[in-house]
Amino acid sequence: MMGFARINWFKYSSPQAFYPLAGRLIPWCAAAAMLLIGAGLYLGFFVAPTDFQQGQSYRIIFVHVPAAWMSMFLYVVMAIWAGLGLGLNARPSFMMAQAIAPTGALFTFLALVTGAMWGKPTWGAWWVWDARLTSELILLFLYGGVMLLRTSIDDSRRADRASAVFALVGVVNVPIIYFSVRWWNTLHQGASVSMTAAPKMAATMLMAMLVMTLGFWMYSLAVTLARMRCVILERERQASWDTPPSQQDALEVS
Amino acid sequence: MNQLGMFAALCDIIRRDLLLALRRRSDVLTTVLFFILVGSLFPLGVGPEPAVLRTIAPGVLWVAALLSCLLSLGRLFTADYADGVLEQMLLIPQPLSLLVIGKVTAHWLISGLPVVLLSPLLGLQFGLTGEALGVLTLSLLLGTPTLSFIGAIGAALTLGVRGSSVLIALLVLPLFIPVLIFGAGAVSSSASGIGAGAHLSLLGAGLLLALALAPWATATSLRIALE
Repeated sequence: MMGFARINWFKYSSPQAFYPLAGRLIPWCAAAAMLLIGAGLYLGFFVAPTDFQQGQSYRIIFVHVPAAWMSMFLYVVMAIWAGLGLGLNARPSFMMAQAIAPTGALFTFLALVTGAMWGKPTWGAWWVWDARLTSELILLFLYGGVMLLRTSIDDSRRADRASAVFALVGVVNVPIIYFSVRWWNTLHQGASVSMTAAPKMAATMLMAMLVMTLGFWMYSLAVTLARMRCVILERERQASWDTPPSQQDALEVS
Repeated sequence: MNQLGMFAALCDIIRRDLLLALRRRSDVLTTVLFFILVGSLFPLGVGPEPAVLRTIAPGVLWVAALLSCLLSLGRLFTADYADGVLEQMLLIPQPLSLLVIGKVTAHWLISGLPVVLLSPLLGLQFGLTGEALGVLTLSLLLGTPTLSFIGAIGAALTLGVRGSSVLIALLVLPLFIPVLIFGAGAVSSSASGIGAGAHLSLLGAGLLLALALAPWATATSLRIALE
């Protein structure tokens, strides 16, 4: 354990040291994601029992609930990186926030689409103006705003900081989404999984959902790290550490 | 810095912005005319059925108020940014968030208050009566300052940015949604006899939250834009 403690973790806060680390982590995360998502889908679609009220259509929740969790979780993580970037004036934190945003938006979109697929057979409508649906839609707009603000400012330092402020302002929405079903008591059902109450669903269903969540988590890590590598390459293109010396000469000539 | 000095600075900024608005009266009039026009488009589009109009009135008037606030947000900092006054304002000894509170207050007095005062008239045109009219005005009175405070963050973030007028709408409108829900909800629930107390309390809470946090976020964004 001593060897573990002696690693200087701050070393990886420099893009130069983080780049190869991310490269080494990506295959592992990607493999874990494929394995876990595969297992979760198998458990959810073939092992979990059929719901006596909703029939087979309920099985979409094995994608829907983990995607909705990840959409909120990733927003908070993005905001934490953005806040760290503002507080510590650290560029890699902003890069991390930039790398997380598209994945978060993807999961928000996935949660909305799978929700619509579930809503049609169960509620009889693709879309209902329910508190949770609306606040999840706002979350999608907030992800869009963060990304749009970044791309429309040319100066990368200002783009980083402005989108970080906007990401932090938008955090207000996350507890609203999470508690919306309890506060407004509208059509969307209450929390599927609770830490305090006894589980309302069969153990296999819970298992499938948790495995899917872990799988989505690993997927997010793999994709974010890959995107982070692209962001680093794009922003550090003037730095000389990422190209071998032979190519550097070629670059200077061209 | 004594408290009197801070208060005097706040008053000075409000007075200056109001004076500037008075010199350019057409800007104020556009916002108000826009509110009336958007409000009167709906009866033409939906049809003059009184029962329908009474149902949609809270939402329509609130959306109109929200859009007219958005219309005037672009002017909040741009003129001062263009002629360099804003950079000088960063140097004043009073905290920047105080300046933001002053500018937002002036913005609300110019573009929000006329809308609040005109809303009973438009409400009458939509067939709202008695208590619902009062609740509409009260909800706008509590809600429009919140809109100005939230909008100031967007205005500061998009200062001098390409296509800022569209961008500000995309940034700010999602943040306006809770205010819209509670504001229109207050009128609807008072019309249906439930009472508007809960919604109005939430609007007030939103205003206090915005008053506490938005000036700080706006000041940070202004510093980012001007560094």
